[in-house]
Amino acid sequence: MSTVRFLKARDIAPWLEELSRDFTVLAPAQHGSSIVFREFDPARGIELSQLSTTPAKRALLPPCETLFEYETTKTLEPPYKTSIELKPTLPEGKSVVFGARPCDARAMQIFDRVYNGDQVKDPYYTARRDNATIVTLACSEQEEACFCDRVGGSPVDATGSDILLTPLKAGYVAEALTPKGEKLLKSTSFMKAEGLRQEALNSRNRILEQVPERSSFLDMERNLLSLFGDLGFWDKTAEACLSCGACTYLCPTCYCFNITDETRGESGRRIRTWDNCMSSQFTLEGSGHNPRPSKAHRMRNRIGHKFSYYPQLHDKTLACVGCGRCVSNCPVSFDIRNAVACAIQQAGAIQEQAHD
Amino acid sequence: MTSNPPNVYLPDMATIVEVVQETPAIKTFRVVLNSEERMQAFNFEPGQVGQLSVLGVGESTFVINSPPTRKDYLQFSVMKVGELTSRLHRLKAGDQIGVRAPLGNAFPYESMKGKNIVFIGGGIGMAPLRTLLLFMLDNRADYGDITLLYGARSPRDMAYGYEVEEWLQRKDMRTVLTVDNGTPEWKHKVGLIPNILREINPSPENTVAVTCGPPIMIKFTVQALQELGFDDEQVVTTLEKRMKCGVGICGRCNMGTSYVCKDGPVYTLAQLKQLPNEM
Ligand SMILES: Cc1cc2nc3c(=O)[nH]c(=O)nc-3n(C[C@H](O)[C@H](O)[C@H](O)COP(=O)(O)OP(=O)(O)OC[C@H]3O[C@@H](n4cnc5c(N)ncnc54)[C@H](O)[C@@H]3O)c2cc1C
Ligand code: SF4
Ligand code: SF4
Ligand code: FES
Repeated sequence: MSTVRFLKARDIAPWLEELSRDFTVLAPAQHGSSIVFREFDPARGIELSQLSTTPAKRALLPPCETLFEYETTKTLEPPYKTSIELKPTLPEGKSVVFGARPCDARAMQIFDRVYNGDQVKDPYYTARRDNATIVTLACSEQEEACFCDRVGGSPVDATGSDILLTPLKAGYVAEALTPKGEKLLKSTSFMKAEGLRQEALNSRNRILEQVPERSSFLDMERNLLSLFGDLGFWDKTAEACLSCGACTYLCPTCYCFNITDETRGESGRRIRTWDNCMSSQFTLEGSGHNPRPSKAHRMRNRIGHKFSYYPQLHDKTLACVGCGRCVSNCPVSFDIRNAVACAIQQAGAIQEQAHD
Repeated sequence: MTSNPPNVYLPDMATIVEVVQETPAIKTFRVVLNSEERMQAFNFEPGQVGQLSVLGVGESTFVINSPPTRKDYLQFSVMKVGELTSRLHRLKAGDQIGVRAPLGNAFPYESMKGKNIVFIGGGIGMAPLRTLLLFMLDNRADYGDITLLYGARSPRDMAYGYEVEEWLQRKDMRTVLTVDNGTPEWKHKVGLIPNILREINPSPENTVAVTCGPPIMIKFTVQALQELGFDDEQVVTTLEKRMKCGVGICGRCNMGTSYVCKDGPVYTLAQLKQLPNEM
């Protein structure tokens, strides 16, 4: 049976400081008007009152990382020869993500199926993943834009977490869910608290009871398919979109990247950086041809990927965890929930017609 | 000891052994992996592609257009269209490039056995077809009638000129050449590929059509094939997409659930019709 401990609110910072000795600790902290995951700094403190503006995905997929370095050597005597040496730079060190939300932790499992798949393994990702411990904070309430319950999650879901923290009055009940989690709970910052298991469960159930009854977005991947030929629908859906990409950068499940080279004289490095499928550049080919020339094409792909393509490829799991970040941060208030609901409705209408 | 899985992003360094100027815009590069062991072990099937790296500039995708039946070197033909391809064009024999290959799927050459084959290639789209054509010529008895329709903008834009001459002479295949703009010396057809295809009028009976070229050419060629009675399973094409990772992760090259870098670049028309139209 898993270990249960208690962490007083005022013991969080000392614990994270203690962890910082052996781990890179990422935690949400206030940054201007946003809350962002960044390396824990006692001077800056942590901010757990709301869902962070940026997701925790950078722990596994940094916005920019080096894949390898290269160095060119030329002989100065004939016969002149050039040789190029490549040095892969696999990430080292262990990390702790503190204060991820259930949606963030679930999102990491969405990454896992792609980056740590049966056929292909991304060595940079898997190195980070193996060395990361995820400490998740169960939510006390669903915020305005949240809809984790409609996509297969919940505000207290522990999927993908190594430790689940449940907030009680004076602090947090910490339950280890994996051996990695067990290890972290050995710290003396925690108090023994096996008796609080039930209380934590009760508290989580109370939170669950507050989740409203509403229609689910599960089991809709085929529904959406019937709309793929209807570009008019997507045109209307994407009308206001600016192709700015904020939604993809802030999304915990968006994982597309670009690869580019940076050169300095005879040496340099190959890097990968987050990319954005809402940009027209994303698919533009060398010849000038673009298979996704309009916003409608790109919106269809983004929503299609999350609610249809990914589920078809990965046991019906949606590639949206309902964190609502794209909803609260879109400059034109594009609401993916409405878009999906409309798509379901429209697709339903098409199917009815087909039966008539 | 368990060995780590290979790093999918790390190219093999390779040496360019020969460069052939095919047309003003196309050069062919013959390359050999620096590791003798890796070169020996290198196996691929016709239609598979590779990512070529010019370190400091980046990577782009090119089909391995030498057939697996000829293994002295790997051959890539590169049309100059942008930054990386321009830098590639400046490289000479002896220069180093990175190769990540083989990637992607292959032509269904097994299920094509015993069938007649019609190749329809436009411009640089001849590169993937060349691989399969040479493979079939090297295994000639396995296949029925072979027809090649190859078109380019003008006579000087036709790649593989030396081979095309040889193909024209061969008795065991039919070769038809066409250009959009002829010259007085041009002895072959003038006209767009789909129109010449209608003129050749190949029978769909026990036949597979394999086409590659610019998206617009593929679109009208497919229309012509349908008019001629080819059904969707009998039309095979290879698609171009902008690629990065080449292994189905970076999310750049998908059409619906299908990733051109691993499930493609070779598709039948029947398969494409199941996917959102993003050719
Ligand atoms: C399966 C397949 C097979 C192919 N086979 C061949 C072949 O045999 N021969 C051939 O000539 N061509 C082939 N191509 C096409 C070839 O890949 C492109 O023509 C080539 O990538 C163009 O490269 P470029 O850098 O010169 O062009 P550019 O116009 O400079 O740019 C196109 C490429 O550069 C990169 N790029 C451009 N801008 C940016 C940016 N802002 N940020 C990041 N990256 C950028 C992208 O990778 C893009 O693919 C094939 C393509 C595919 C998908
Ligand atoms: S954040 Fe909004 S405007 Fe920007 S790309 Fe996403 S949907 Fe479009
Ligand atoms: S699509 Fe929007 S709601 Fe869904 S996981 Fe991404 S940011 Fe969150
Ligand atoms: S090139 Fe990255 S997914 Fe296909």
